[in-house]
Amino acid sequence: MSHLTAWPVFLPLITGFLLILFRGKGIYYQRIVSLSAVAGLVALAVALIAVSLPGQYQVYLLGNWTAPFGIVLVADRASALMVSITAVLALAALWYAIASDTDKKGPHFHILYQLQLFGLNGAFLTGDLFNLFVFFEVLLLASYGLLLHGGGRLRTRAGLHYVVINLIGSTLFLFAVGTLYGLLGTLNIADMAAKTAAAPGDSLGLIAAAGLLLLVVFGVKAAMFPLYLWLPGAYANTSAPVAALFAIMTKVGIYAIIRVHGTIFGPGAGELAYYYMPWVLGLGLVTLIFAALGVMAARNLREQVAYLVLASVATLLIGVGLNGSSALSATLYYLIHSTLIAGAMFLLADVILRGRGAFEDRFESAPRLPDAAVTGAVFMFGAVAITGMPPLSGFFGKVLILNAALHHEWVAWVFAVLLGAGLLTIIAMARTGSTIFYRTLPENPSPVAGRAGESLNRSAFMAVIGLFLVSPVLVICAQPVTAFTVSTANQLLDGTAYIEAVLSAPAVDRSIGE
Amino acid sequence: MMEYLVSLSIGVLTATGVFLTLRARTFPVVLGLTLLAYAVNLFLFSMGRLTIGLPAIIDKTAKAAQYSDPLPQALVLTAIVIAFGMTAFLIVLALKARGELDSDHVDGLADNQQAPGQRDIGKNIDPDRGAAE
Repeated sequence: MSHLTAWPVFLPLITGFLLILFRGKGIYYQRIVSLSAVAGLVALAVALIAVSLPGQYQVYLLGNWTAPFGIVLVADRASALMVSITAVLALAALWYAIASDTDKKGPHFHILYQLQLFGLNGAFLTGDLFNLFVFFEVLLLASYGLLLHGGGRLRTRAGLHYVVINLIGSTLFLFAVGTLYGLLGTLNIADMAAKTAAAPGDSLGLIAAAGLLLLVVFGVKAAMFPLYLWLPGAYANTSAPVAALFAIMTKVGIYAIIRVHGTIFGPGAGELAYYYMPWVLGLGLVTLIFAALGVMAARNLREQVAYLVLASVATLLIGVGLNGSSALSATLYYLIHSTLIAGAMFLLADVILRGRGAFEDRFESAPRLPDAAVTGAVFMFGAVAITGMPPLSGFFGKVLILNAALHHEWVAWVFAVLLGAGLLTIIAMARTGSTIFYRTLPENPSPVAGRAGESLNRSAFMAVIGLFLVSPVLVICAQPVTAFTVSTANQLLDGTAYIEAVLSAPAVDRSIGE
Repeated sequence: MMEYLVSLSIGVLTATGVFLTLRARTFPVVLGLTLLAYAVNLFLFSMGRLTIGLPAIIDKTAKAAQYSDPLPQALVLTAIVIAFGMTAFLIVLALKARGELDSDHVDGLADNQQAPGQRDIGKNIDPDRGAAE
């Protein structure tokens, strides 16, 4: 039993506590501690991927209680991948926050940031349903604080909506967990899967209902139709590094659906095997339609990027709903791409907002941006990546998903919606780019508007470029990356191996110690 | 008899909680979420099956079937703590919203405004920008 599995959870927690102690020491020390902890997290994530690459499950028994009696942390390829994406995104967003002085707007930014990472990594690594609830609450409470970081009226209003809908989601989560515990008598995900397979016929209906209730909860997190209405407001009105980090938050919902539903209601579940899939696929398609319309209708760049996040979530839901090895593998590939690129787009939107001064990121003509050539080129690059045009990774992700849909019975719908939504987002992004970069005013026309744009913050801009570079890397290394996602998808679909690995994990012999 | 009482309590708490959560003012919403939390705590507790006067720990003298499930009690304890913290946070946030938006409406509307308003979108003063000047 290696402690490596537990470190991605505990490192941010310990750092968070350290930062509380460092609170009086000024922002400089906080930044150093926070940045080195996140850099350490990247290293841990790489090590976790390396360890899980051969396909073994790293099961960590907390308190040395064997499953299903204790809480377990389980690292396999999928959770290692999610932890890595989180770490990379967190590093870039934190760098941007520090370089642009966003973290100075409130006293607790770094503490909340670390606790947010604690919650995220815990949610990705836990093998226990109630523990997943607790980690959800941790990441949500930290996200409430981060969302409101900096203050402002619109931010408060969006924050209130976000908090209320998530509290309702938490209540539903507890109802679902309670029902499942009452029926199955266990909370360990692997054990629940085993118990569901052996459940008596008359309790199947209730188990199915509780499972769908759980799908609603994860749907709130993932912003699935009709539960997405909180997302554009919350993401568009918060500060840029927080919005960038939140790009992973919706993916927590996707991951939870894959992990919890895919394991409990996997192929071994008899009558209930994959009964939830039509819901995921159907609602994913509807979400994508609304997301594309939202991208068209957005009135400023940050709102547009928020809807682009929604579109990427919808695409991932479609990929999950198509169900199968190739579809899941394509989903994971698209997940890497969409999370990091969406994070970069939020940061870039902030760069543009700062450059336009009083015009902010509204879609109206403004004086020319300082350093418009660099910003514009990067925007062009990002737009190509996020709308899924060749030659960048969004295109490959979408092609893989469409390819996996070929033999599905809903193939016509999937093609129509995915390609139609793609066209709408391309039109919208082209319009955005030409409004911001081409249709510029000769000079600042109204002295009332006053505030001129800031010049480009080069060190902050490095974070944007760093994240965008992931896209060509994903294309150039497409072969090894897809080989990894295919093996990850196969491991995720092999529910019996997961159950076996978790339930048979031996406790450490205390007489010898480790 | 006890089963009816417990399930009725859960039902009434949930129904009032849902009703209050759908109100337009922040204070009823907070109350509604609190009632929902009470309902779910009671629900979780009863998921370990209802027992009276039985120990949560099986000792050697007790028969195997005669114990109350300790796990839901632990879950309820966790859920209570989390719900308590979240409610405290929400109350503070609601007060902040009341102060900043001059209204306790969940959409931040003043009392005389009926339509779901976009009134302050146009004059959005971003706090990041404000402080950067």
